[in-house]
Amino acid sequence: MKISKLLKNPSGSKGEPHSNRIVVSSRVRLARNLQRFPFPGWAKKADRQKIIETIRPVVADLPEMENAAINEIMDQFTVVDKQVLVERHLISREHAAKNFGSGVVIDANMNLSLMINEEDHLRMQAIFNGLELESAWKMISKVDNELEETLDFAFSQKLGYLTACPTNVGTGMRASAMLHLPALVLSEQINQIIQAVNKLGLAVRGLYGEGTEASGNLFQISNQTTLGETEAEIIERLRRVINQIIEHEENARATLLEKRALTVNDQVGRSFGILTNAYSMSSKESMNLLSMMRLGVDLGMFDEIVRSIVDELFIASQPAHLQKSISRKLNAEERDLLRGELIRDRLSLLEKPKIRKIQPPESNEEKA
Amino acid sequence: MMVCDICKSNDATVHLTQIVGGKMKKVNLCEGCSKEKGVQDPTGFSMADMLLGLGTGDEMESVSESGTICPGCGFTLADFKKLGRLGCSQCYKTFAEGLESVIKMMHKAEMHVGKKPARAIHNLEVTERLEALRTELEKAVGKENFENAAALRDEIEAIKKQL
Repeated sequence: MKISKLLKNPSGSKGEPHSNRIVVSSRVRLARNLQRFPFPGWAKKADRQKIIETIRPVVADLPEMENAAINEIMDQFTVVDKQVLVERHLISREHAAKNFGSGVVIDANMNLSLMINEEDHLRMQAIFNGLELESAWKMISKVDNELEETLDFAFSQKLGYLTACPTNVGTGMRASAMLHLPALVLSEQINQIIQAVNKLGLAVRGLYGEGTEASGNLFQISNQTTLGETEAEIIERLRRVINQIIEHEENARATLLEKRALTVNDQVGRSFGILTNAYSMSSKESMNLLSMMRLGVDLGMFDEIVRSIVDELFIASQPAHLQKSISRKLNAEERDLLRGELIRDRLSLLEKPKIRKIQPPESNEEKA
Repeated sequence: MMVCDICKSNDATVHLTQIVGGKMKKVNLCEGCSKEKGVQDPTGFSMADMLLGLGTGDEMESVSESGTICPGCGFTLADFKKLGRLGCSQCYKTFAEGLESVIKMMHKAEMHVGKKPARAIHNLEVTERLEALRTELEKAVGKENFENAAALRDEIEAIKKQL
């Protein structure tokens, strides 16, 4: 199984590494269906088999899929393997529950992932580090064009690409970006931001998409509607909102440093202290502490090189990645011990965070 | 007292407003239903997801009562209400009437303006042209205008080769 090879690639999908301190990754996915076949959720086993036999060879034949990292039927994976792919955002949680009759093909660079018989016959995505929505769109649209030369996609002049769920009809496109927003969370502005973003017709979700909790101060922002706008318009609208959120986060950071440097020093120092000394570490706790470390790097409290260590730990400390690294099943308690060990080990040689200067309070005591 | 839009029995205490497709939508929920729908967790909630099971119900019901079955896949609107997903691409045609209001509520507009599959569009246009010509041919034959019919038949044969 090539999943283990995946683990040796710590940075995940390629792109301009750390081109943006706040936008962790950008993704564009398209939903497509074949004409004349029921959608996967309604199709009988034999039909699903025919669908995957029709799509998979065409996908595998794409120039982008030369030396594909993965080209498998879902029942060939163990539960942990599938979870590793979920933790890398290469397949959806829904797809991880699939077996016979569903498949996935992932390119060598792990930018492209095509899921066959997910909710739609074909769900294809391009994912990049940093704010790269346009690059992701360009890449996935090219793949779409190439596939369309051979495959007959269900399309109506009025409703566009026809999808299993009417929420995706039209472009079938969901563009999203993962944002790291610790200062907006610390300053308790995040709920206001989320509400404002919702009002603009964009969705805010947790780390693994729909219905997931936001941990590690990571938020996924995506378009809600897919009909009545071109793909470029949707992406442009999303990018404008993301730029505004970036500005708010930058402002919140500046204010934190100015008015609450003590809190910043305390939070970052405390996170470093716990991460470098704890023996048992839950997934949620590690995500939140690593988020503070990442903020510390952004604020110049750690060397820039610490960023890649932190980003790597974000992924390596996820439950399935831990299990895969030790090649045996672990219970929750063992996982927490292993996670603690991994993090202590990786951070052991780091220097303590440089503390930020605390502004003297504006008071009348200066004369004293 | 305002009644919850979902269970229609309890007092609604959670009131949500969201702009969907330029129109303001209001949903009133009781404590229990709002929790169940994940409304209180702002990150997990999206109104579009919820509209599927709510508000649109009345329009959908009137259509589902007619008991239409999709000829493409045997799907019914009762299935849609249960699953929140359609059976096949033909369902969009079969249930066009009921889906119209659902789609209007979910999206900004009713007309696709984005990317189109080039080859499929070409085939679609050719198919439509063929259908129109065949209708004309029937008419011509009916009127015993055989000269015209022969010309139409030749045109149809020529277009068929494009497919």
